[in-house]
Amino acid sequence: MTYSIFSLARHALSGHKRWPLAFRSPAPAKAYDAVIVGGGGHGLATAYYLAKRHGVRKVAVLEKGYIGGGNTGRNTTIVRSNYHLDANAHFYEHSLKLWEGLGRELNFNVMYSARGVLNLVHTPAEMDAAMRRGNAMRLNGIDAQFLSHDEIARRIPNLDCSPDARFPILGGLLQPRGGTVRHDAVAWGYARAADALGVDIVQACEVTGIRVDGGAVSGVETTRGFVATPRLAFAVAGHSSVLAAMAGITLPIETHVLQAMVSDPVKPVLDTVVTSGAVHFYVSQSDKGELVMGGDLDFMNSYAQRGNLPIVEHVAAACLSLFPSFGRLSLMRTWGGICDMTMDGSPIIAKLPVQGLYMTGGWCYGGFKATPASGWLLAHTIAHDAPHELNAAFTLERFAQGRMIDEKGAGPIPWMH
Amino acid sequence: MTQPFRLAQGGAVDRARPLAFTFDGARFEGYAGDTLASALLANGVHLVARSFKYHRPRGIYTAGAEEPNALVQLGMGARSEPNVRATTLELFDGLSAESQNRWPSLRFDAGALNDAFSPLMPAGFYYKTFMWPATPRGWLRYEHLIRRMAGMGRAASEPDPDAYEHQYAHCDVLVVGGGPAGIEAARFAAQAGRRVILCDEGPPSGRDIADVTLLSRTTAFGIYDDLMVGALERVTDHLASPPEREPRRRLWKIRAREVVLATGAIERGIAYAGNDRPGTMLAGAAKTYLERYAVRPGSRAVVFTNNDSAYAAAQALMSAGVDVAAVVDARPEGEAARRCGLRVIASSAIVNANGRLRVSSVDVAPLDGGRARCIDCDLVCVSGGFNPAVHLWSQARGTLRYDERLAAFLPDACPLPVRIVGAAAGELDAVRALWSVRSKGKRFVDLMNDVTADDVALAAREGYTAVEHLKRYTTLGMGPDQGKTSGVVGLALLAEARGVSIPDVGTTTFRPPYTPVTLGAVPGSEQGAHLAPTRRSAMHDWHAERGARFVTAGLWLRPHSYPRAGESEDDAANREARNVRANVGVVDVSTLGKIEIAGRDAAAFLNRIYVNTIDSLATGRCRYGVMLRDDGMVLDDGTVTRLGPSHYLLTTTTVNAVKVMQHIEYLLQVVWPELAVFATSVTEQWAAAAISGPRARDVVAALVDIDVSNAAFPFLAVASCRAASLPARLFRMSYSGELAYELHVRADRGRELWEAIVKAGEPFGLMPYGTEAMGTLRIEKGHIVVGPEADGRTTADDLGLGKLVSGAKWCVGKPLLARPALTEAGRWQLVGLTALDGAPMPRAAKLVADPARATPNPMLGHVTSWCYSPNLEKWIALALLADGRRRHGETLWAVSPLAGARVRVKVGPSCFIDPEGARLRG
Amino acid sequence: MLLINCPYCGPRAQSEFTYGGDASLHRPAPDASMDDWFAYVYLRDNPKGAHVELWQHSAGCRSWIKVRRDTRTHDILESP
Repeated sequence: MTYSIFSLARHALSGHKRWPLAFRSPAPAKAYDAVIVGGGGHGLATAYYLAKRHGVRKVAVLEKGYIGGGNTGRNTTIVRSNYHLDANAHFYEHSLKLWEGLGRELNFNVMYSARGVLNLVHTPAEMDAAMRRGNAMRLNGIDAQFLSHDEIARRIPNLDCSPDARFPILGGLLQPRGGTVRHDAVAWGYARAADALGVDIVQACEVTGIRVDGGAVSGVETTRGFVATPRLAFAVAGHSSVLAAMAGITLPIETHVLQAMVSDPVKPVLDTVVTSGAVHFYVSQSDKGELVMGGDLDFMNSYAQRGNLPIVEHVAAACLSLFPSFGRLSLMRTWGGICDMTMDGSPIIAKLPVQGLYMTGGWCYGGFKATPASGWLLAHTIAHDAPHELNAAFTLERFAQGRMIDEKGAGPIPWMH
Repeated sequence: MTQPFRLAQGGAVDRARPLAFTFDGARFEGYAGDTLASALLANGVHLVARSFKYHRPRGIYTAGAEEPNALVQLGMGARSEPNVRATTLELFDGLSAESQNRWPSLRFDAGALNDAFSPLMPAGFYYKTFMWPATPRGWLRYEHLIRRMAGMGRAASEPDPDAYEHQYAHCDVLVVGGGPAGIEAARFAAQAGRRVILCDEGPPSGRDIADVTLLSRTTAFGIYDDLMVGALERVTDHLASPPEREPRRRLWKIRAREVVLATGAIERGIAYAGNDRPGTMLAGAAKTYLERYAVRPGSRAVVFTNNDSAYAAAQALMSAGVDVAAVVDARPEGEAARRCGLRVIASSAIVNANGRLRVSSVDVAPLDGGRARCIDCDLVCVSGGFNPAVHLWSQARGTLRYDERLAAFLPDACPLPVRIVGAAAGELDAVRALWSVRSKGKRFVDLMNDVTADDVALAAREGYTAVEHLKRYTTLGMGPDQGKTSGVVGLALLAEARGVSIPDVGTTTFRPPYTPVTLGAVPGSEQGAHLAPTRRSAMHDWHAERGARFVTAGLWLRPHSYPRAGESEDDAANREARNVRANVGVVDVSTLGKIEIAGRDAAAFLNRIYVNTIDSLATGRCRYGVMLRDDGMVLDDGTVTRLGPSHYLLTTTTVNAVKVMQHIEYLLQVVWPELAVFATSVTEQWAAAAISGPRARDVVAALVDIDVSNAAFPFLAVASCRAASLPARLFRMSYSGELAYELHVRADRGRELWEAIVKAGEPFGLMPYGTEAMGTLRIEKGHIVVGPEADGRTTADDLGLGKLVSGAKWCVGKPLLARPALTEAGRWQLVGLTALDGAPMPRAAKLVADPARATPNPMLGHVTSWCYSPNLEKWIALALLADGRRRHGETLWAVSPLAGARVRVKVGPSCFIDPEGARLRG
Repeated sequence: MLLINCPYCGPRAQSEFTYGGDASLHRPAPDASMDDWFAYVYLRDNPKGAHVELWQHSAGCRSWIKVRRDTRTHDILESP
């Protein structure tokens, strides 16, 4: 059934007691044409696009907990395509274009808010790097503008633009179409749409092993029995190494904790997404009124979904140095996600060296904005058993070949990306 | 009559100290020892807020930090603070507070329309609508309106003027909670000779405990790894005029060997229709207002309970002269009912509460069905049982188990040295679980976010059956109160809807902070100007006195240029750069990393980390060196000087000083511990100045006590000497491509050296130059810089330094350099560009063949560094260009769409001036 | 915040240290194959469980130490 103001009004008449399930939660069948491990945004999107665009409907998404409970439910909701390197620029722009139409496509309001993403620059070196990136964006047909110090001061009056700031703002690169999306809606929206196409979304089902027969995938062992399939993809973010190991594959990935936090809700006070490289910080205001903030990794391998105080202090310090009038707001909640950091900071959306095995992972801390394109492209890769032009560069083999896609230039030190 | 609801006697308030305060512009009086909530109740004020979503009138629900309704905006101007709990805000003289989230007033709020439209606004309604028009910017229109209605208080619009600080503490035992159980635990531990800290969120009780450090007004909000506990102390909030030198709040970071949680239990309500009318509060809160604050919270009360504890509240009400119209007990008549001497309606529940701005009556009916009767009242006291406060316990990875007798989650086991005692451990009365009452109308589960029992049922009906889905879909427990009074009720209703047991539903994850923590207190004093250290060279003040304009380089402040009166920075930089090649200049290079390497295996070690051969370097000589990362990409460049047989000095770039030192220490300690090598960072120990230009020798000769003729001191020579009577090291190396020297002296004499150089240089036209001119000079010479050219994606060969890589020896990075993509054709290589047609080189330009081509326009490379060359009188640049070395002589376009600029450029070698290096060696 | 035992300085807070990653890797000999070098530089077991890792006491004595820590709980299982 279609969601709309009309169905909302109709259901109001019956006290909302007749709404159908948004998505079923069936037991797994014995066999499928394709199985996706991981019920986050990427996994659900993959299943949706497999069914929608490639007619592969006998598909299951196996989620060990509840859908959207991993990084999809923990991120800071930013979407953007302001990348420098060509492979990234084209990929994320494809994703942003999908974001622009996603609510309509899924008939689920994902609240894509094109409020702009502004990267502040504080040193001449940063300005050069930002402008270089902005010029690359424009030559790739992606929207970018450079704002002067004065323009920024006018646009965001509560930002400290004074020359006495510890890291004075010199200007910033703005992507007007960048912004935020309601993260939970993405998991639920894709789940509902995939479910409507016949995809089985199986929750509380953990994969414990991958069966390979004669060099090809034959299925997965799970806590709810063996599920046969010739095509298996995993979209499990920080658990990528765990899944890959089940197939005897070692990945160039380290799993690190990234914390995020929100303030208590206040009336509108910030209309743009603001980031700063110099102070390692990003902030936006949610529609409920909370300031949503994040910064660096905690800098240690972790699967714990929580971190320690020092990073919380740095994030708050950065926030208040940029916005000194926020000092009397409160930190309401902090949490952590599990980030799969790769050796060049860019993802792996590819066939793996076992026939019938695919993955999307290595998203570091930027996987949320990639959700639609990751699913769209992984679905293509699974359906054709070959990558699309847009994910052809994001292979596992690129590291051995020397074709790294390293935006920061940080090299093979995962936590530096 | 002032404070009509204040009892004549009793309570911990000080009637000898009356305090004046205002709320929504109306003036009231209270006493020292009051909270804003108790003082408002003493004055008969119950309507204090409008709810988040439906803008329903709300009153004071609790007497503590768990308050979901009574949030106020405190103070004005720069000190204005939103979302302050009136129930924990200590009253001070002159306190001024306003209600939030209402317009035009609390009594007549236009937002109440939301309540009227509430059938269209169940939980999650916004996911089902607002999708038309289906354009990319469609949502923005709705969002603009929704954002204005959401949020509660307002952020201040001026910088926070108050100071905050951090404090570390260490102890053997940290006790959290100063109630009877906490005090007993603290006393016991202190008597056993342990170092004990006890923290409690309330004001000091006036009682000290021997040998226990008491932290009052201090809320422990988080337990982190290895029992580091974060706690927030409210230092001056209760003072009308805080002392100037006190921080407003203090963040404690307490490392404990053991933690004892005596955090108590938090009462919860029961979801019946209209359970949010002002005048409705938890039974324990009513008792607290009576006993601690000597306030009657109403005149005629109905108490609704499923456990014995509410009877104590009922008795307290009665003793204070409140007419207790009835005690409605969900259980059959028991001992407490029989002995209380009040009218008890057993096996019944409140099915509905009436009244708009204040509760006026309740409808009571038997639980198994039957007619409801209406009882007039202006106060409803509810008790649905208690939830042990297990937040910190769970943060410490303590597990929980559901207890049927208490209908609550109790602490079970903890892997860390954390104990839990008292009510928090479950020392509570039995409860007959009653989560909601079947009735029509809004039955609130989460008062703060306006989540009703019907919302929980809706979530379950639509398949959001995981407890985390319930939370996210309905927003239950996600407000500033973090669901303290609504927790368990929500998930119990979910369990009922799903037909499973409460333990099967489980709880959501408890996350820090336990109660919200002031943002300003989190970084303490390390914010604003103190966000990061500021590093200045020994000559900084001289630069500042000369009018230098400074630029941020990492943590350093470096002089960008020294503009004279009437000169722009660009003019100054050009003048300085021109002067270096014409006469002589001096630049402060103290910020470069310096590392001394010594030991028997020093040369062998350096051979392994640089691409070029180091062991052939003679004592008293230096050379340029490049280091690679393990993946073969350029890590850093700098110089290597041999000071003695087994003694070397390395320089690194400013930005990589720390990284290179760490790299060296890693290799020496972890990879090659068998090498006898010592490494010491001496970056801060030496101040350094570079003197460059055709007249540099004249200047240096006037300063030092050694022979600096070309024969005695050739290019790349190094020697110890005295410069201006200071012990110094003299190096003949050049970054500018001119005849040049570097002088190093101990850092605390840096300014002396600098002044001596300036004086000695006067007859030769010496001028100081900054980083901008230095950049121009090195671009003219094609010297690469870590960052722009060595961007972490380039090999030595890409940067034209391939010949430097010795084929005869191994070095870090070599093995992976052999990877196919790192040696194939088409790689981006360093070239020089000259702008044609006299136009300026656009900033950070990209290189394309045809600027008019539609996007995506293939990029052949980009400009890495550029400048106006005053020495060549044209705009030049260094760039990385695909197959660059084979494209010398070609013309391309350098474009900056951001600036709307495009320039034709000619590709050529990266060195523009004196490629043979004659000026260097003279 | 982790309390890490530095063998020279005693138990110190995590904020005094810089992380160095997986310590279980064996650095290949200079003349080892490209495959060995590639595996060393790029591939990681990334265990969900006990992890032997390097930390440098950068704000203290600057020693590099190896610590065995559980990445699920952050409990330090073994330290020098």
